[in-house]
Amino acid sequence: MKIKDKLILWSRLKSPWLLHFNTGACNGCDIEIVDALTPRYDLERFGAILKSTPRHADVLVVSGPVTRQQVKRLKRIYDQMPEPKFVMAVGTCACSGGVFDGCYGVVSGVDAVIPVSIYIPGCPVRPEAVLDGAVKLLGALEASSKGK
Amino acid sequence: MSKITIPLGPQHPALKEPVNFTLVLEGEQISGSAVNLGYNHRGIEKAAEDRTFLQDIYLIERVCGICSHSHTTCYITCVEELAKAEVPERAKAIRTLVGELERVHSHLLWLGIAGYEMGFETLFMYTWRDREQVLDCLELVSGNRVHYGINTIGGVRRDITPGQKAEILKRVAILEERTKYYVKLGTEEATVLARTRNVGLLPHDVALERGAVGPTARASAVKRDVRKDEPYLIYDKLDFNLITHNTNDVFGRLVVRVLELVESYKIIRQVLDYLPEGPIAVKVPAKIAPGEAVNRYEAPRGEDFHYLKSNGTDKPERVKVRAPTMANYPSVSYMLDGGYLADVPMVIAAIDPCMSCTDRAMVYDNKAGKVRVYGWDELRKYGIEHYKKRGVDFTKL
Repeated sequence: MKIKDKLILWSRLKSPWLLHFNTGACNGCDIEIVDALTPRYDLERFGAILKSTPRHADVLVVSGPVTRQQVKRLKRIYDQMPEPKFVMAVGTCACSGGVFDGCYGVVSGVDAVIPVSIYIPGCPVRPEAVLDGAVKLLGALEASSKGK
Repeated sequence: MSKITIPLGPQHPALKEPVNFTLVLEGEQISGSAVNLGYNHRGIEKAAEDRTFLQDIYLIERVCGICSHSHTTCYITCVEELAKAEVPERAKAIRTLVGELERVHSHLLWLGIAGYEMGFETLFMYTWRDREQVLDCLELVSGNRVHYGINTIGGVRRDITPGQKAEILKRVAILEERTKYYVKLGTEEATVLARTRNVGLLPHDVALERGAVGPTARASAVKRDVRKDEPYLIYDKLDFNLITHNTNDVFGRLVVRVLELVESYKIIRQVLDYLPEGPIAVKVPAKIAPGEAVNRYEAPRGEDFHYLKSNGTDKPERVKVRAPTMANYPSVSYMLDGGYLADVPMVIAAIDPCMSCTDRAMVYDNKAGKVRVYGWDELRKYGIEHYKKRGVDFTKL
């Protein structure tokens, strides 16, 4: 690996910036995601920080089943993110549609619209699960860059 | 001056659900606003018709993750009314306890969000740290932090042991101590006052006219609380005050919520003291007698309303939910009118919207025909900077 790539990888591993997007969740996962960032769980010690614009984000954190109104917006937000980008589907609804699967206003899980890198099940997810998911995502990113 | 129209929403970085506001600006002042809903429409009411009464509890619980217990209790009371089931007193007490714990968690959550929107992030971190105490209580009682699933038709699913009782009292004492600090902060801190006083005014008669509910109405001196007006569960046996405030602004809403926290601690203590012996649930047949029922419940955000129609099978024919945030939206457009763009995040956050969420705002200048995109965060920063220039600075705290 060239020194330049090493530097890029290091910065990516040490500062994964998040963008949170609610595609129709009940708020349960959303408050647990914010909970993961506040003092008891403190996801920020891994360098993660919530950003407000997709253009600054590395990881798109999606909660909730994708409603018909949000399909277009989810795609657009995903397209606005710079490469390489990752998608975290947080909660059973985001993974598969969950309890809302089959509702007329709901398309399905997030993977029906955009590719998903990591699925975190739970209804709602616990903050520990969000932390675990984030750490596993970083671990996978590190492992995949080895041997290049 | 040319008018500028800003669509605000529907994506938000930190929290809450999507909604879209259209704001018409004249300079920095808002001259008109409209709310567009439906980004979060999943079709729960229709889906409820395909599920049994018991399955619906878990669906209705997921209407909202913050006031989930309010929705299930409201729905279940309708079912029990139709089935003519006598809910045991102990079950009612446990429902009240969880309901009040939920109110504490919701109001603390709101206080944090309000702090965040006004640029006082330390307050956000403090309240969310303290909120963990009440989430621990809820986990202890129900086994889950957010969707408690404690209600079942005819009673509750879990009992409270003396050990749990002691643990809850211990944590409530910690919270009560912390709340003293929030009361002091909310009512005395000059920077908080500067951001909340005379912002988002909603006079008493307008609040009545627009049908505001919950803390939003109570901050405009409207004495309206379902717990007092039409006591349900065991509220008629409890001693607590109806908190109102007469400043009609965001400050009033903050004070009402913080003082309600203190009332909730009082209620929790009384319920734990009262807790009668007996069974926690009665058996209710799966098929519910035909008929219609309506019920009201005081959720943390205001009056929650459920309608249920049964046709004698094990599935409801119609379920209708009117959540408190819906009732407060007409007041929001009144509160925004004539206010400043910098105050928009505070005003919207002050009703504690359960469905609100705004991230991108596009500023459209009619004259120049230019479109500028604003983020909620940018707007929040704009608000903070706007007030910094006027001497309101939280960084010095």
